Amino acid sequence: MATQHHIKRGVSLYSLQEEYFLRKLDLEGCIATCARLGALGIESIGEQMMPGFPKLPDAFYARWHQWMAHYGTVPTCHDMFLDTKRYKDRLLTDDEMIESIKADLRHAARLGCKVMRVLVSVKPEMVERCIPYAEECNVKMGLEIHSPFHFDHPWIMRYTEMIERTRTRHVGYIPDMGIYVKRFPRVMRDHALRHGATEKIIDFVCQAYEERVLPDYVIFDVGLMGGSEADRRFAESLRHIIWSNPRRMLEFMPHIYHVHAKFYDMVDETREYSIPYEEIIPVLIEGGYDGYLSSEYEGNRWIQDAYPVDSIEQVRRQHVMFEHLLATR
Amino acid sequence: MFDKYMIVEDGFRNVSENGRAIGFQLNTRLPYYRGLGVSMVEDVSVTVDGQTFPREATTIVLRGRPMSLEAMETDYRERWEFGEVGTVLVRKEGGLAPGVHQVDLTDRLRISYLPFPLLGHDSKQLVLK
Repeated sequence: MATQHHIKRGVSLYSLQEEYFLRKLDLEGCIATCARLGALGIESIGEQMMPGFPKLPDAFYARWHQWMAHYGTVPTCHDMFLDTKRYKDRLLTDDEMIESIKADLRHAARLGCKVMRVLVSVKPEMVERCIPYAEECNVKMGLEIHSPFHFDHPWIMRYTEMIERTRTRHVGYIPDMGIYVKRFPRVMRDHALRHGATEKIIDFVCQAYEERVLPDYVIFDVGLMGGSEADRRFAESLRHIIWSNPRRMLEFMPHIYHVHAKFYDMVDETREYSIPYEEIIPVLIEGGYDGYLSSEYEGNRWIQDAYPVDSIEQVRRQHVMFEHLLATR
Repeated sequence: MFDKYMIVEDGFRNVSENGRAIGFQLNTRLPYYRGLGVSMVEDVSVTVDGQTFPREATTIVLRGRPMSLEAMETDYRERWEFGEVGTVLVRKEGGLAPGVHQVDLTDRLRISYLPFPLLGHDSKQLVLK
């Protein structure tokens, strides 16, 4: 049983992308689904489920707030993107980037979100320049710590240095629990097998992952083993999957605004196959984290070629697990 | 991701002008998890029974608005929304013969945070009536 805490449960609608993509659920249906699962914090991606973004009419925002009131849900976070390659022949200028980020901050504020997810690839200088506007909008900008980055990665450290230097209270972090993949995801392994990889090599790679061997060594060895193109691609996927120490979050806790509860495969209502939430949630409780655990289901892309996707069931199972891990005496 | 949903089964047919088949069309979605400005859709390439059609022969229709792939490159307003079914229209004198065809579709998308273009591919047997 957990000690007292103020961690709340929510869902990033990213989790329901398969159902939305196939028009089995619309935006309201996604919100209603989260409410039914008791996951009341709603994180959204404007470019995914709000056609016309970033130029949305007033009526859209009015309807959004009606839905929140009707379903008893709370807007938590808006996920921004930054299309630096909008033009074929040049990157966006700094001023264009600032304009784009400001539009996202305005949107987040209008949704009623207190937090905006900043894509990990955004330059810290751009985010720093947006601090005054974020203050005006009352929206905190959380850099997504997304695999293969981690808190001690040099790129992330540039943000930490900026946060320390400016003493801002409007730039922090959104760790994505995909940085805590302890065991190689089964759904990715099976996907590779269905797409031409060799079982012997797959087993070798998964074993090496569990032994935490440096990816470059594994990739080289797979080459020596005579691996196929599919085998090589599978070995190279190690470069994007990491396990790091969840306890590193403790040092950064005052600046952790939101948590992406990434998952690929809820085996049942108690266990994610590769991400050990039973090791992660106690750390969040110990550190006094009081934001949302926002589900981010990303298993669909690994199974959709072979199986029907049921994101709702996956999210439901994750939240049963969360309820259990968050239950207090 | 979403590759298997790129080619939509319904809507494969010849396109006529003044009673003459001038090409064919099929319905399609982007293989990506968010909508994109069309300037970042670098290519949509259609192959039927092993024959790949030239880029110049290909037109994309979104919400009734036709655009050449070249025009899309510099269109910074139009978006192809997430999961939105658009139409790809290919000019081919006489259209395609009725019956079963092997259709391949390859998209190339410019995703800002990826160092390489995102390629999507789908292949389906479709029946042209």
